[in-house]
Parts: sequence; structure tokens; C-alpha cells
Amino acid sequence: MKIDMHSQPILDKNNRQAQANRQLFAQKQVFVLDLLASPGSGKTSTILATIEALRDEFNIAVIEGDIASNVDAVKISAQGIAAVQVNTGGACHLESQMIRQAVEVLDLDNLDLIIIENVGNLVCPTDFDLGENAKVMILSVPEGDDKPLKYPGVFQAAEAIILNKVDTMPVFNFDNEAFTSAVAQLNPEAPIFPISATKSEGVEAWADWLRARIESIQ
Amino acid sequence: MHELGIMTGVVDSVREAALANGACKVFKVSLRVGVMTEVIEESLTFAYEALTEHDPLFSGSELTVTMVEPRSRCTACGLEFSHDRYHVTCPDCGGLGRLLEGRELCIDSIEVDIPDEASSPDEASAAAGNPDLDEASAAASAPFATQDTPSPQA
Repeated sequence: MKIDMHSQPILDKNNRQAQANRQLFAQKQVFVLDLLASPGSGKTSTILATIEALRDEFNIAVIEGDIASNVDAVKISAQGIAAVQVNTGGACHLESQMIRQAVEVLDLDNLDLIIIENVGNLVCPTDFDLGENAKVMILSVPEGDDKPLKYPGVFQAAEAIILNKVDTMPVFNFDNEAFTSAVAQLNPEAPIFPISATKSEGVEAWADWLRARIESIQ
Repeated sequence: MHELGIMTGVVDSVREAALANGACKVFKVSLRVGVMTEVIEESLTFAYEALTEHDPLFSGSELTVTMVEPRSRCTACGLEFSHDRYHVTCPDCGGLGRLLEGRELCIDSIEVDIPDEASSPDEASAAAGNPDLDEASAAASAPFATQDTPSPQA
């Protein structure tokens, strides 16, 4: 006998929890950013630079997703910012249930922004809705200008693209024109923010974008 | 990489539906997967085999995966067009394409053996200790296949 499954979504369980998260975040008026990038692209440095730019205006917390360790959470906590470490224990992405558990230890009533640092990976996190307001990705210049062609999914899922380590562009022969044009083919609406997180260069434009998005839900 | 986790969800959903219908055997599971997802067909098949190999309900069963090519509608001129993974802009006017198909990740149907077709699904469901049939059916109608963006706004 054939049973019609009515196109039941495979990620149904994750999607339902993500929707519940989204409702909770909307109710608490907290903006949730899911940050996707490769290992070593400067996610934590970018988060630290973002915190520096916005901490006088907003109450911020960070959820650190890693396969193991808490080194990133320690770096964030050292800046006096609430940080929750989520260890996925081998899984290559965060899921909505992990976020639900992580926010239980945060004071959502007194937060404006939660930055989720997803597991360093340009593939798997793309398919998983966490209940965030926006997915944003970081590409760092040493990774190469051809990455939109290799990982189209993440470049499409992102509402904004941060191009980090732009100070190294001459060293790595990064073809910015080729990069920009490949992104435009995939996701013409997404702004690209060239920054150097460790030198705090270019962070203002990115912070302005994020500020406007946070204010739009408050 | 994440196909094993995805397939675990498939096997759980199929088991739930099969037991709720009083089935003793699953013959076939049919999935529909959009090319725009980050899922690889071969990895799905491998994960399915690994997960069901020693499971009597699934032993000898077949997985079919239908890959769905992407199609979008231009938000500027309304043209519907097919495209690859790398170009979602309108071939006519260069406007932004909104995806109509190509991000599916869903279970289409399953084929099962029901030993006594006369027994009602309700009894079978109760016998299998699975009273969640209604919830499963409700969830099945949740739209996902053709949503406009991967992460909808609140």
C-alpha cells in the first residue's frame, strides 16, 4: 500500500522549533543574527568588533556554536558580554532545539541582540532554520574570490555578506570584481561589507546595517 | 556531511507513519530534494542504508530521491525561468528571481505492507503505541517546499 506523505518536510521537527524560537524572540523584541562562515575566517574577531561598535546602544549576548571547546565563549566573556557555549559534539551545524536550550540561560527581557556564531562550515548550517531574524555570512579574503561558485547555498541564504581581512587583498590576488559579480548573480539584494575586523576598519557600515535591522523590530 | 542527521529525521517520520497505518514492513521511501539545498543524493542513500540495515521494519527497502531543478519568477518582469545553482537573476531583464522550486526537502510517499488491511488505522496506531497520528498529519501539511527565502522573517 502506498501512503501519501503530503510532501512532509524532512526538517519538520527543526522547522517547528525554529518557528517557536522566532515567536519567542519577537515577543521579547530581541534581534537574532545567525552568523555563518568557514573556520578561521574571523567570526569571533568580527563579533568582537561588532560588539565594540554597538555595545553602547544595545544589550548584546553571544551564542557560540562549536563542535568542542569553549575558547570562543571565553574570549567574548572577557569583554563583559554574556556568552553561552553550545558544543554540538561532532555535528556540523546548530539546530533550533540547541538554540532554545541556549537562550534559557540568557535574560531575554533585557537583551536587544543575540549573535549566534554557527559552527565553522559553509555547507550544512545553510539548511537549518534556527528562528533567527537574519543569516549573515563572513567570507575572508584568503579563502578566495571563487567561493560563491563553490558554496552558492550560503551566499543565497545570507541577507548580508561581510568580506573580512580586506587588508590582505593584494597578497592573495583576490579579484574583488569577480567576487562581487558572482554574488550579484546569486543574491543581488545582499549588501557586501568589506572590513578588517582586527583593525576595526569598515566596521561602521556593517554596524549601521545591523543597527537599522535591530531598530526595525523594536 | 549533515545527511545522516537529515536521514535520521526521515526514518523517524516514516516509522511513525508506517506504524500509524498498521504496517509491518516498509518497501519504498520516496523523497523530493531541491538542487538548491546543500544535500547530496549519494550521501542520502548511504545514510539511509546505514540507518536501516539492521532494522526489521526497513530491511530490503528502497530509497528513491527525485532531485528538483530550480525554477524562479522574476520580481521585476514576472518571467518564470529555470536556472542552475549559480544564477538566480532574470535572463530577460536581470531582475531578482524568487525561487518557486528547488529548495524542497520532503517525503513524498512511502510504500508499505499492511498484514491485515481490515484493521483500522486507529487500532493499529494504538497498538503501536503511537497516538500522535493527528499531529503527524497536521505537520505534514506545513508548507516548506516553495517558500521564498530559506529563513522567513518573524
